[in-house]
Amino acid sequence: MADTTLTHIGRTQPRPAGLQGVAADWSSDQRAFKNVSWGKAMMWIFLLSDTFVFGCFLLSYMTARMSTRVPWPNPSEVFALHIGGSNVPLILIAIMTFVLISSSGTMAMAVNFGYRRDRRKTAILMLLTAALGATFVGMQAFEWTKLISEGVRPWGNPWGAAQFGSSFFMITGFHGTHVTFGVIFLIIVARKVWRGDYDTGRPGFFTSRRGSYENVEIMGLYWHFVDLVWVFIFAFFYLW
Amino acid sequence: MVDITPADAVPPAEVAEMELYHPHSWWTKYVFSQDAKVIAIQYSATATAIGLVALVLSWLMRLQLGFPGTFDFITPEAYYQFITMHGMIMVIYLLTALFLGGFGNYLIPLMVGARDMVFPYVNMLSYWIYLLAVLVLVSSFFAPGGPTGAGWTLYPPQAIMTGTPGGQDWGIMLMLISLILFIIGFTMGGLNYVVTVLQGRTRGMTLMRLPLTVWGIFTATVMALLAFPALFVACVMMLFDRALGTSFFMPAIVEMGEQLQHGGGSPILFQHLFWFFGHPEVYIVALPAFGIVSDLISTHARKNIFGYRMMVWAIVGIGALSFVVWAHHMYVSGMHPYFGFFFATTTLIIAVPTAIKVYNWVLTLWRGDIHLTIPMLFALAFIVTFVNGGLTGLFLGNVVVDVPLSDTMFVVAHFHMVMGVAPILVIFGAIYHWYPKVTGRMLNEAMGQFHFWVTFLGAYLIFFPMHYIGLMGVPRRYNELTDMTVMTESAQHLNSFISIMALMVGFAQMVFLFNLIWSIRHGREAGGNPWRATTLEWQTPQTPPAHGNFGKELPIVYRWAYDYSVPGAKEDFIPQNMPGSFGSSRGPA
Repeated sequence: MADTTLTHIGRTQPRPAGLQGVAADWSSDQRAFKNVSWGKAMMWIFLLSDTFVFGCFLLSYMTARMSTRVPWPNPSEVFALHIGGSNVPLILIAIMTFVLISSSGTMAMAVNFGYRRDRRKTAILMLLTAALGATFVGMQAFEWTKLISEGVRPWGNPWGAAQFGSSFFMITGFHGTHVTFGVIFLIIVARKVWRGDYDTGRPGFFTSRRGSYENVEIMGLYWHFVDLVWVFIFAFFYLW
Repeated sequence: MVDITPADAVPPAEVAEMELYHPHSWWTKYVFSQDAKVIAIQYSATATAIGLVALVLSWLMRLQLGFPGTFDFITPEAYYQFITMHGMIMVIYLLTALFLGGFGNYLIPLMVGARDMVFPYVNMLSYWIYLLAVLVLVSSFFAPGGPTGAGWTLYPPQAIMTGTPGGQDWGIMLMLISLILFIIGFTMGGLNYVVTVLQGRTRGMTLMRLPLTVWGIFTATVMALLAFPALFVACVMMLFDRALGTSFFMPAIVEMGEQLQHGGGSPILFQHLFWFFGHPEVYIVALPAFGIVSDLISTHARKNIFGYRMMVWAIVGIGALSFVVWAHHMYVSGMHPYFGFFFATTTLIIAVPTAIKVYNWVLTLWRGDIHLTIPMLFALAFIVTFVNGGLTGLFLGNVVVDVPLSDTMFVVAHFHMVMGVAPILVIFGAIYHWYPKVTGRMLNEAMGQFHFWVTFLGAYLIFFPMHYIGLMGVPRRYNELTDMTVMTESAQHLNSFISIMALMVGFAQMVFLFNLIWSIRHGREAGGNPWRATTLEWQTPQTPPAHGNFGKELPIVYRWAYDYSVPGAKEDFIPQNMPGSFGSSRGPA
C-alpha cells in the first residue's frame, strides 16, 4: 500500500543552506511532505479549503451584524435558559461546548489506541466520540426548537435584526451538518476497526482500497477541525 | 542551485506501488471508470458539449446586436438569459472543467510518473457530480420561466427579483444549485490533483523537474480550492435569500410599487464574495494555459524553456497576488479612494510576473528551431493575444480609466481577449498536441490550418473593432443598440461586421469538431512520440497509454523536462527518463 508512512530517507549529500534549503526541501524528490501519507495530505488540504468556507460564512455574518442599522439581539438573553427561577445566560452553549471539546479528547485517545492496535479500546472510544457528537447535535436541535418556538425564523425574529436568525440557522446548521457527517463516518470507521479490517487488509466496499489504522487519525483530524470551528462560532456568535 | 543528487543516481523509492482498481466489466472500464484518463475524456466531452450550447448562445446574442429588430424571438428577456448562460458556461463549466478536469486528469498522472490519481474513486465521483451540475444547469433551459438572466455575476438584488428572467421562477435557484454541485465535485477532483503532484511523483521527479504544464494546473487547483469556497458561501446565502426569504444580500427595496419583505442586507457583500472567487478564477483559467503554452513552445521550438525557475516562481507569484486584487471589479460599486488605490496598485503589480512569463516565452523562441506545427501556431497566437488583452487590462486596472469604460464594450473586448480567446487558443493547441497520445492518431493538418487561421484572425476581427466601439461609448449588456447617440451609422456597420465574424469563427469550430471525430479513424498513425518530446507522457510503452500508464515499471526521472537540442547529444531531445549526463547540468536539480 502506497499510504504507508515513510521511515527512511536516503540522503547522501548535504542540503543547501538558508531559503534555498527550504525551497529544496519542499521541491524534493517524490513527495513534498516526507512522513505524510496520501490520505492525510488530502484531509489537510480539504480542511484548508473548508476553513475558507467557514471563514467566508463568519465574515459574512460579521459584515451583516456590523452594517445593519436595526439593533442586534443580545446573545446573553436570547441564549439563556430559565433554570430554577432565574435566567442562566449561555448555559446550554457552555454544556454543548464542553461536550464537543470532550469528544476531541476521546478522539485523541482513540487515535493513540489505534496505533497500538488495540481494536477494542479504539472502537469503543470512537463510538464514545460519536455519541458525544450526537449529543451535541441533539442539544443543538433542542436549541433550534426553543428559538423557533420563541418566534425566531430565518427571515425575522421578535428582538431585532432579521440577519440574526438567518446567520444563526445558516452557520450553526452548516456546522451541525459537519458534526453529523463526522458522527456517521466515526461509526463507519469504528465498525471497520472492530471487525479488524485494518489488520486483515480487507478492501473497502466502494474504493477497493485497503485501509490502515492511520484512517483513525485522519478521521480525528476532521473531528478536531469541526471542534475548532465551533470554538470560533462560539466566540463570534455567542460571546460577541 | 546545488545538485542534490548526481544525475545518474537512482533515488530510493519513497512512494510505493499503488493498488489499482481493476475494472471487471465494460461499465466499470468505460463508464464508471476510475482511470484518470477515462475520467479526463469524460470531463472534456461534457465540457465541450455544454460549451457548444454557450457558443450557440453567443451567435444568437451577436445576431440580435448586429441586426437589431430582425429576430423577433430574441426578446430582451431571452437576450439576458443568453448572456448569463453564455458567461457562466464558458467560464466555469467549459474553461475550468476542461483545464483542470480534462487536462489535469489526463496529464498530471502521466507527467509526474504516477499510475493514476491518488484516490481514483473520489476522482470518479468528481466527474459524476460535475455531470449532475451540468444537467441541473441545462434543465434550467426547460424550467418554467427559463434560465436566469441575472448576468453571469448574478448580482443581487436584481438576480432574485421579478423583473429579471428566472428571478422569481426556477432559473436562479437551478443556477445556484448547479454551482454548489460544481464546487463540491470540483473539490473532490482538485484534492486529488494537488495530492498527486505533491505526494505521488515517481523517483527522480522533484518539483523543480516538473513540466510547467503540471505547475500551472497544480497552482490553479490550489487557487481553486481556496477561491471556490467564497462562491459556495455566496451561492448558499443567495439561495436562502431566494428560497427562505432571508436578507443577506437584500436591502429594503420596493418592487413594482410594493415594499418587499427583505431589509438590511448588503448587495456589496455578495460582490466581495463573488469577486474573491471571480478574480482568482481568471487565473485558474490562465495559469494552466501559461503552463501548457510553455511546454508547447519549448517542444516545437526545440529549445529549453528560458528561465524555468523564474517561470515557476512567476506562476506561484501570480497565484498568490490574484487573491488581493478582487475589488478592481468593483470600482464602479463605489469604494473608499484608498481602497481603490490599493487594489489598482496590486492589480498593476501582477503585470510584473506576467511580463516575466511573456519575455521568457519570447526568449525561448529566440533563435529556436521553430516548427510551425498547428500546436505551435496556436501557442504563438496565444502570446500575442494575451499581450493584447493584458495591455487593455492595464488600462482597466486604473480607477479613473475604469469608471468611464466599465459599462462599455471595451470591457467585453478586454476580458474576451485575455480570458476567453487566449486560454481557448491554448486549449486548441493542447488538443492538437496531445490528441496523438490520446488516440494514437494525428489530427488532420489541412483542417487544422483552416481552423487555426479562421479562429485566430476571426477572433481579432471580432474583438479589435469591439474595443473601438467601446471607446466610442457603446454600452454593454444592452440588447438593442439602435437610437442611441453613440450608435452612429459607422458604429452599427462595425457591429454587424463583428456579428458576421462571430458566425464565421463559430463555423470554424464545427470543422474542428469534425476533425476530432474524423481523425480517430482516418488520421495519420502517430506512433508513441510524434513531436519528439521529452516529458514522461510521451515515453509510455503503449499509445494510448494503458490502465496504469507505464507498464510494469514506473519510469525513473534523471533530468528536467526541457533537454532539447543539447550539444553533443545523439538526438535533439533527451527524454526525462533517459540516464546519462547529457544536459543534466543545464536544468535545475
